[in-house]
Amino acid sequence: MKASENLISVQNLIKTYITGTTEVHALNDVSLTIDKGEFLAIMGASGSGKSTFMNILGCLDNPTTGTYLMEGIDVLGRNRDELAELRNQKLGFVFQSFNILPRTSALENVELPLLYNSKIAVKDYGDRAMNALKSVGLGDRVNAMPNELSGGQQQRVAIARALVNDPVIIMADEPTGNLDSRTSYEIMQIFQALNDKGITVVMVTHEPDIAQFAKTNVVFKDGKIIFNDTVKDRKIATEELKKIALLTDEKSTT
Amino acid sequence: MRILNLFKVAFRSLLRNKLRSFLTMLGIIIGVASVIAMLAIGEGSNQNIKASVASLGTNSIMVYPGNNAMGGVSQGAASNKTIRVEDVEAIRDNCDLVNFISPVDQKRAQVIYGSQNWNTSILGVTNDYLAIRSLTLAKGSTFTTADDRAVAKVCLVGVTVVLNLFGDENFNPIGEIIRINSIPVKIIGVLSKMGQNTFGQDQDDIILAPFSTVQKRMMSSSMYVNSILASGKSEGQVVDAVDEITNLLRDKHKIAPSDDNDFTVRTQSEISNIFGTISKVMTILLASIASISLLVGGIGIMNIMLVSVTERTREIGIRMAIGAKGKDILTQFMIESIVISFMGGLIGIALGILVAELVATFGGWPVVITVFSVVVSFLFSTIIGLFFGWYPAQKAASLNPIDALRYE
Ligand SMILES: Nc1ncnc2c1ncn2[C@@H]1O[C@H](COP(=O)(O)OP(=O)(O)O)[C@@H](O)[C@H]1O
Ligand SMILES: [Mg+2]
Repeated sequence: MKASENLISVQNLIKTYITGTTEVHALNDVSLTIDKGEFLAIMGASGSGKSTFMNILGCLDNPTTGTYLMEGIDVLGRNRDELAELRNQKLGFVFQSFNILPRTSALENVELPLLYNSKIAVKDYGDRAMNALKSVGLGDRVNAMPNELSGGQQQRVAIARALVNDPVIIMADEPTGNLDSRTSYEIMQIFQALNDKGITVVMVTHEPDIAQFAKTNVVFKDGKIIFNDTVKDRKIATEELKKIALLTDEKSTT
Repeated sequence: MRILNLFKVAFRSLLRNKLRSFLTMLGIIIGVASVIAMLAIGEGSNQNIKASVASLGTNSIMVYPGNNAMGGVSQGAASNKTIRVEDVEAIRDNCDLVNFISPVDQKRAQVIYGSQNWNTSILGVTNDYLAIRSLTLAKGSTFTTADDRAVAKVCLVGVTVVLNLFGDENFNPIGEIIRINSIPVKIIGVLSKMGQNTFGQDQDDIILAPFSTVQKRMMSSSMYVNSILASGKSEGQVVDAVDEITNLLRDKHKIAPSDDNDFTVRTQSEISNIFGTISKVMTILLASIASISLLVGGIGIMNIMLVSVTERTREIGIRMAIGAKGKDILTQFMIESIVISFMGGLIGIALGILVAELVATFGGWPVVITVFSVVVSFLFSTIIGLFFGWYPAQKAASLNPIDALRYE
């Protein structure tokens, strides 16, 4: 897979919300291309349009105007069912608030996307979901209910769910927003590992240190992209976690 | 998405809200149960009425005064007196197809024995009456044609009369003198116990006396007869016997060919049919009332499913975000409401049968549960689930993924 291969290309995206008499230009002419194998972090102040942009990328919402090509195919021209299929098989979406089903075990939550994928046989559901949970380090908590899991573990269930249909791209809107820094690093470790395997990752974060784990950073302001550059001194999560471990070891020995 | 999985999803979400699912189901359960019970009770009384009417004797023919072709069977006291005593004799003498015939005069009377007082119904009949109605005697013997000719003060009593006059059903009252409207009458026989008929009437609350005795000693007029009970020689000849009687009476009453009869002749099977129709109408009425509760149950399903859709908007959003299509969501909610109505239907059938059996056991009311009623109410409840589940499911399916996800 060539690093320069174009996966996503959006041009002149405009999203205008009209509430009563006021118009909010959540996206004001945004254009961006994302290559295959990219790890992109989208930054910006609250209300700058990051989530609006991610929801359009994730085929959950439509722009007011603009074009969106994925693997060269026009996304906006597709109907509801085709978009559902796209979300199911090409995309994996991770939310800030986890959005896993309550009173439903980790394994069953991860199996959900398989229910809507006709290409996978029912007998393979268990194995696939199990493997996805193992890949996020939850192989021993498969039968746990969400209320028995920590925030970090719940987010891992959500990531496993996003992975279970082998997506080409993972989209995450503030995936570490509700987590402490150590748990956030663990999530970044998973994202970096996935990215190393060739999965494209697009992530929104308002924390600069989390953005340092990405390959490229984009900054939104008032619905426009004002910065787009590769990350210098990219952090590697595995190493950062080792440092934290050392620090806590020192603390506990002194 | 595979249907089996959908059922799993539906069951799981119903189990998650056990109490609510059950309460929703309750509407359907009660609806189906009452439809089944009502149909069972209706069908039971229908068959019972037919059996009661048949107990009048399958060959029997009734003649009433007045033209009453449209229905009503029991005419009260002879408001229109058209049948004379001599008509009875004429039929007996001239109608070859008539086997037995008895005039019937009926009136209520006060009966006294010692200090005991009882109000009952006195029937003035001839011996033939017992033969036509297949009545038998438990004690004593019946009156004879000679008693009738002699206007003898004798009678046969039912066990209820015995109980109320003598204080004990098993008392042997043969030879005792009772006073009917102050006339002393000797009991010469006790009728075998018959019990209640379908209309709740106690058939043992009765006194039979020779026709002439009742007519001459207890009725104001001695010219006319309340009604005639007769029987055909065989079941196949009943219709011809009716024609014979009709022609004879028209002749005797000098009715012009263009005029209507001033009497009504009915066979047992006609009466049976009239009651059959009445009871069918009653059954349909009962079942319609019961099916309204089924309808209310269906609206209950719709209500709960609407609440459920609103409550689970976020879940719907999540499912859509991970690839559920509108039709997947639609099927999921449809299956939930079908499962509710389907299970409600099954439980309702069981409950309905139970209620019907209880009514039969403790209420003494006859019930007949038909396969038809079970199948129909079950299908109906499932269709209700489909019908009332559709709108909420459709509402869920048409949600926008992002709106559903944002829903708090
Ligand atoms: N559904 C909506 N209706 C109206 N305005 C909205 C809606 N969603 C977002 N907005 C507005 O659009 C702008 C961008 O929002 P959002 O994309 O959520 O920003 P961010 O994720 O960067 O904090 C904000 O001003 C917000 O108030
Ligand atoms: Mg946001």
